[in-house]
Amino acid sequence: MTQSPGKKNDGKCELSLEVNGEPKMVRVYPMERLLDVLRHEFNLTGTKEGCGEGECGSCSVLMDGALVNSCLVPVLQAEGAAILTIEGLAAHEPSCRMQQAFLECGGAQCGICTPGMILAAVHLLDKRAQPTLEDIREGLSGNLCRCTGYMQIFEAVLEAARRGPSA
Amino acid sequence: MRSDPSDYELVAPGSLHAAVCLLAAEPGAWLPIAGGTDVMVQYAAGKLTARKLLSIWNLPELRQIDILPDEIRIGAGCTYTDLREHEFVRRDLPLLASAAQWTGGIANQNRGTIGGNIVNASPAADSLPALLVYDAELVLISARGERRLPYFGFHTGYKRTQLLPDELIRSVCLPRRFSTYVSYARKVGARNAQAISKVCIAALGLLSSDAADTPRIEDVRIALGSVAPIPLRLIETEKTIQGKIIDRGLLTLAKQIADREIRPIDDIRSTARYRAAVAGNLIVEFLERLRATGEQAREPGAIA
Repeated sequence: MTQSPGKKNDGKCELSLEVNGEPKMVRVYPMERLLDVLRHEFNLTGTKEGCGEGECGSCSVLMDGALVNSCLVPVLQAEGAAILTIEGLAAHEPSCRMQQAFLECGGAQCGICTPGMILAAVHLLDKRAQPTLEDIREGLSGNLCRCTGYMQIFEAVLEAARRGPSA
Repeated sequence: MRSDPSDYELVAPGSLHAAVCLLAAEPGAWLPIAGGTDVMVQYAAGKLTARKLLSIWNLPELRQIDILPDEIRIGAGCTYTDLREHEFVRRDLPLLASAAQWTGGIANQNRGTIGGNIVNASPAADSLPALLVYDAELVLISARGERRLPYFGFHTGYKRTQLLPDELIRSVCLPRRFSTYVSYARKVGARNAQAISKVCIAALGLLSSDAADTPRIEDVRIALGSVAPIPLRLIETEKTIQGKIIDRGLLTLAKQIADREIRPIDDIRSTARYRAAVAGNLIVEFLERLRATGEQAREPGAIA
């Protein structure tokens, strides 16, 4: 990270980051939340705001491969990082596997928690290709759901793992 | 009400040296922010009084874990994920590895840092009792140089610490000599992840190994979270039970002394009475486990 990149008088700064595989430039206040920049600057509204304080996981994205709550990331800290949102995930193969499993197992109802759940699940399978139920409970423990119920979601992740990366 | 980002300044100096120079130029003016798991929550709630923030996230100098013969030196910017996944932390400092594992959820573990946890100074922080029982020392850095001090005593009152306005925590040094102790940790909360503890405990114990005798407590160290304005080491309780055989009388005595040492309060998560009862029960459970390891002559060092 470099000294406040391209800072101008109004307090905004120019940042470069990679979003879903594409290099992007954006002019923002450094304390804007990554969540807001994704939704408002890039129109990537798949990333949801739930609690806004890092408790619910609805705003989960991957930042340089690590699951983060984008509501707690000041955008300056994403300078130079590669961000993956649900939209980027949907565009490539292994995520289709996870999304498909969520669809087939009834892992989504209202859909607010679903993008975060799927990103957390993909992050888990990145670390453990064949997770136990206990691993899944832990891997998704930062993602709260208020309507689907967790069992179908856990089943979806197990099913996606069973199908393996090439399915 | 939510904060307006245009009211805030945030800079990322990119090196530890540049960060401490900025702090030295205007001591107290800049609030360091690492993974944001505390600062950004205050910001979201419109309660962040600092207007100038200094990002120390991902500074390479703060993200190292060094394994020395006698101690493990953890950079203050290491995340809970760094800790729980590190082979030597898991082996020699199992209490810290487990606390890291049940702090927040995975996303918060990927961002929350050990240094941030210490400076945030919550009496409920899960990893701080572990630092107390492991006799951690802190290395603080400023443009004036470095100083090393015991972590015990670092918290001087509720949310108050010995950190000076121009200082950052550079590293947390943990001796490796406790790796053969029986360790015990437990968090009591509404749920494990994403819930702040009602009470949490970290404890270490070593029994005498004279085979002819009933084992006695050779060394014992107990610390609790959420039972006082600061993370609390139970020095009096430790002194009282040291050298003794673990029997029913000792369990009762340990509970009584501990009850005098703690100062729990009623708050949104629990009541003082509940906390006191749970604290006593956790100490009893620890001592029973410790006794059981002596009886079964199980290999020491296993995590309880």
